[in-house]
Amino acid sequence: MKRPDGRSNEEFRTVEARVDVVSRADGSALFAFGNSKAIVSVYGPRQLYPQHLQNPERCLLRCYYDLASFSVPERKRPGPTRRSIEISYVMTKALEPAIKLEAFPNSVIDVYALIIDSDASTRCAAINAASLALANAGVPMKELVSAVSVGKLGNELVVDLTKEEEDFKVIKEGEEQKTTDIPIAFLSRSKKISLLQLDGKISAEELFKAIELGKKACLKISKIQERTLKKIKNIKK
Amino acid sequence: MEEEKAREIVVPGETIENRKEFIAGEGTRKEGNEIVAERFGVVDRSTKLLKVIPLSGVYIPRKGNTVIGQVIDITFNGWFVDIRAPHLGFLTIAECGKRVIKEDLSEYYKVKDILLAKVKSVKTRSIELTMKERGLKKLDEGLIILVNPTRVPRIIGRAGSMVNLIKKETNTTIVVGQNGVIWIKGKNVENELLAKKAIELVSEKPFIEGLTEKVKEFLENEKAGWKK
Repeated sequence: MKRPDGRSNEEFRTVEARVDVVSRADGSALFAFGNSKAIVSVYGPRQLYPQHLQNPERCLLRCYYDLASFSVPERKRPGPTRRSIEISYVMTKALEPAIKLEAFPNSVIDVYALIIDSDASTRCAAINAASLALANAGVPMKELVSAVSVGKLGNELVVDLTKEEEDFKVIKEGEEQKTTDIPIAFLSRSKKISLLQLDGKISAEELFKAIELGKKACLKISKIQERTLKKIKNIKK
Repeated sequence: MEEEKAREIVVPGETIENRKEFIAGEGTRKEGNEIVAERFGVVDRSTKLLKVIPLSGVYIPRKGNTVIGQVIDITFNGWFVDIRAPHLGFLTIAECGKRVIKEDLSEYYKVKDILLAKVKSVKTRSIELTMKERGLKKLDEGLIILVNPTRVPRIIGRAGSMVNLIKKETNTTIVVGQNGVIWIKGKNVENELLAKKAIELVSEKPFIEGLTEKVKEFLENEKAGWKK
């Protein structure tokens, strides 16, 4: 079976990655998988208020994920939704192991992710952009984080689903089979998983295969992230 | 084309060196024999102690740093000063450099006043400031500009060469805070703006060889423009 946009199963969409896109932020980045575009700005480490949230042992990491109202076909009402609150939470959990939070007790690092165009896998784009933006902001990090979504389309495992593929339905043995979506985030150096979600049905064997596939794609993405950071314009000037 | 030195830039998680004889310095960690970068920046290989000099980031205060900050709150025993660090700086009455006899502390330093102070000590919870040393005072008039704190060493130059050049050429007084706040005071606004331009030039192009000569050239060209 061929994919709708002619990609091979292990291929992700064209990636666009840039840093320093928000001038007021301490660090910022744009990361796009095809039409899924995320802009992330990082502020801090800075003083945390209210004081009862302060932790004398480590820094707090706060992520905000939100879709711009124009990013989806049907206008999205601005403000947090059940979905965006959940994604903010999983983003925090995906990024936390990569950051040296012990270095800044009682402070906070704010990560604001805004999706300006959405075509599935937006949380992966947001995590990739956040990792770039954090490095760009000079936050001490153990390693970079890269994320990609793996899906089960019919009987095949594919990397980086689009919206079209996500909504694709296969009629098999009279039963309607929906696409399974598995977003995965990997730490670039220790090769550990920091995010693994699963939406749909998949067998245990196939899940392990999907993770292997995701790992391969994530390593490619971390190379792209590395390249993006290194061609920072300050040095060229 | 502007000449530039080949600089080794690293990203977090990248291996810098895997030989045994090197020691992990600031911005790096050791994993077995490998030295791994923990910040995004340029590698300093001048000694066996490998360091990563960050290219961006907020100001992290050290004891003895001279900083410029703004008073943002007053309590019964001192002033809270914003010094662009992860925490607020605190200046107690005992360290304020004045004899305090009045109860109302805003008689001495008001909210929004700009102070030139020194970091006395850094604790997990607070940064203590002092103004007891010579030259530390409230900054009354002049021009304040903000730059990235990682550019400060370049703006000062080797033994103050860069800042002294700008001072001499523009006939201004310049104080560079380690937190990236710079105070410029000149005889007239034109001089102050010229000094500001020169400093911005330095902070935008931190990796060019012979930057001091370039700045000198720039300042002379600008001044020649005035005479015409």
